[in-house]
Amino acid sequence: MSLQLFSFLVAGVVVLTGSLGVVMAKHPVHAALFLIQTLFGVAVEFLVVEAHFLAAIQVIVYAGAIVILFLFVIMLLGVDNAEDLSVEPIIGQRPLAFVGGAAILGLLLAIINSAGITGVPGNVDAPGPTGEVLPNVNQLAESIFTEQVFAFEVTGILLTVAVVGAVVMARRIPGALQPLPDIPAISGFGFGSTGDTDTDGDADAAMAAGDEQGDDS
Amino acid sequence: MLTPTYYLVLSALVFSIGAVGVLVRRNPLVMFMCVELMLNAVNLTFIGLAWGLNDIGGQVSVFFVMVVAAAEVVVGLAIVVAIMRRRDGATADDLSVLRG
Repeated sequence: MSLQLFSFLVAGVVVLTGSLGVVMAKHPVHAALFLIQTLFGVAVEFLVVEAHFLAAIQVIVYAGAIVILFLFVIMLLGVDNAEDLSVEPIIGQRPLAFVGGAAILGLLLAIINSAGITGVPGNVDAPGPTGEVLPNVNQLAESIFTEQVFAFEVTGILLTVAVVGAVVMARRIPGALQPLPDIPAISGFGFGSTGDTDTDGDADAAMAAGDEQGDDS
Repeated sequence: MLTPTYYLVLSALVFSIGAVGVLVRRNPLVMFMCVELMLNAVNLTFIGLAWGLNDIGGQVSVFFVMVVAAAEVVVGLAIVVAIMRRRDGATADDLSVLRG
């Protein structure tokens, strides 16, 4: 047994036990800790096939940032009580879930069994197009910053939007929900008053009455 | 001798475990963790095939999947925090306000 296969099998056992632990742990904090175990195992699997940069990113981003975010939310909300799995909103949901999971697994294994993977498994540190041997990180950087540079820039926009959205949604608003501010420039237009082919006067009158009520309150 | 098929089998196992977890668990946070498991299973497939086919494109895909997963977790946890502020100790089953 080669060292590569041995490392794969050891890390595979770590990944599988960790993922089973995530699903079966009663306590959400324990589930998060099992998730860290799984993610470290996956990072080792990345290292086995020489994806060094992604293994480092896996540890930093997933285990270092995402799981800590989970733990912070658990701590903030205090949802650390065990859940009651005996409640079934849909009759027979959980047995059906196991049947569905087994069906997904069987389908995936059948596809893997039938698919022939052609190619030369081996060192990704192969000679590059210009002839010299490029390390994995250099190859990845070259691909991201030349072919995929547009996707990379869009990634930056996505992360910015996600951060802004998270801040807006998780912000604590004092008191009850505030009404939207009344902006004269918008409310003066009225909806459909300009360029409206509708000649029904009743609708316009009702809309004007609604505006007056809104102003009074 | 390690082949990409080993990676695909491990990935299928982790993906199925994550899918069952999403369907069985009721705590929204644990359901998110199971979604992370499924995303990691997909990453394992990408890495295994990037190695097996000797193509760096699989690793680039994993990079973008990781970014999207981070954004998804940030927004999802913000939604969970916003919901938990309004109703205490909500499980995923209680959040049926939008039921048609």
